[in-house]
Amino acid sequence: MAKHTALHTYHAAHAKSMGEFAGYEMPFYYEAGVLSEHNAVRNTLGLFDVSHMGQIQLSGAGCAAFFEKITPSAFSKVKHGVAKYTVLTNPQGGLVDDLIVTRLADDVFFAVINAGCKDKDIAWIKENLPADVKLEIFDDRALIAVQGPKAEAALSNCIGEDLSALGYMRMAKYGDLWVSRLGYTGEDGFEVSVPADKALALWQNLIDEQGALPCGLAARDSLRLEMGYPLYGHDIDATTSPIEADLSWVVRKKDADYIGGDIISAHRENGVARKRVGVNLIDKGIAREGVKILNADGDEVGALTSGGHSPSLNKAIAMGYILSDYSAADTEIFLDVRGRKLKAIIAPLPFVSAKTKSNKPNTGKAA
Amino acid sequence: MSDLKFTKDHEQIKIDGDVIWVGITKHAGEALGDLVFIELPELGASVDKGNDFAVIESVKAAAEVYTPVSGEVIAINENLPDNPEQVKEDIDTGWIAKIKLTDAGELEGLMDEAAYQAFCEAE
Repeated sequence: MAKHTALHTYHAAHAKSMGEFAGYEMPFYYEAGVLSEHNAVRNTLGLFDVSHMGQIQLSGAGCAAFFEKITPSAFSKVKHGVAKYTVLTNPQGGLVDDLIVTRLADDVFFAVINAGCKDKDIAWIKENLPADVKLEIFDDRALIAVQGPKAEAALSNCIGEDLSALGYMRMAKYGDLWVSRLGYTGEDGFEVSVPADKALALWQNLIDEQGALPCGLAARDSLRLEMGYPLYGHDIDATTSPIEADLSWVVRKKDADYIGGDIISAHRENGVARKRVGVNLIDKGIAREGVKILNADGDEVGALTSGGHSPSLNKAIAMGYILSDYSAADTEIFLDVRGRKLKAIIAPLPFVSAKTKSNKPNTGKAA
Repeated sequence: MSDLKFTKDHEQIKIDGDVIWVGITKHAGEALGDLVFIELPELGASVDKGNDFAVIESVKAAAEVYTPVSGEVIAINENLPDNPEQVKEDIDTGWIAKIKLTDAGELEGLMDEAAYQAFCEAE
């Protein structure tokens, strides 16, 4: 029996396609359809129910040190209200999950983890939890992503707060609303953690009063693919190191005293045999997860982990792992789609430039 | 009622002598959502009844189209790869391929429109 989020009654009444995702019955798309939903986020305003994701809080004197043990990122100097994207690593240097961690106070950190990894992550954290850190799980909160160029105006109006000063990857609490300026779309936007019993009213207000278009998981997937954001279980997993996954920017330089740190350091210093890359199709077609990547001689040199149609670019794009020798941009490769060999090239990520809010002070000069 | 015939895989067929036009039904078009590409069969290919001979790529997944008859692909709708949504139109514009039949007996057992509507409602 699939679980429901606090917004399930809305989805059941309005979604055109629903299905199970990570154990939850979720909307894939609504009446507008995937392309319209995708374009609403790029051009105006879209809304996503991401309440299936896990919201947890760690607190206690050893908290920053604990995050520096279970992730490869640096947390000791992170300022209050600052959110960081990072990964949980395993002893083999692979990934348990990717997540956003926000420091709320010296000894309090909030984290949002993937729906499909929730149980595994919580077990992993408990297994490694020191005596001076406490774990809380917020099962009673929903999470709504408000994404698109109109997000700041719409959410400010909706909650009666001026969000213009809230920077990218910053979080602020307004009563029982916890507002983070971030997302999974590459657009400006917010994720709002809200008590479950108030979620539907917030969601409905954003649609009725602020003109937001509700969007399903299919548009969320095409939006993140255009940004080159990895999806756990597809583009990253227990066997991919952050260096292979093109996430070396989350790995701190000062030490390797975290789980799997010896292997990840060796990957960074010695290089890796395979890398996560972007792929642009030259021939017409669509290439999805699982498609083999071939070199000009027809030898298998990698495989796609995500792929599909980019509504913003109106062409087919993909991501996957390829032997490092073939990972340079513009390298010609072939994709084996049901026996057809489609010509493609390695592409730099992201496919579409991010339009997230800039935290650089406005100097009054043109860029 | 039209002269069209229908399959349980939601193809629709127009019979023109020994040539049949293969497309997808309105019902299938609606279920697929936004379409982004159509992979056509090769012109001149010989196909067997039940083969997947074309693929409709929607934003969410790839859906196979099966040929309801055996024969030779004598025409393909070259407009479709660049205009995939056209496959949702009437078969005169939304056809995928035309197949020259080798065995007219294979047409028996295809549904007429009333039977297909009843099949969709029961499905």
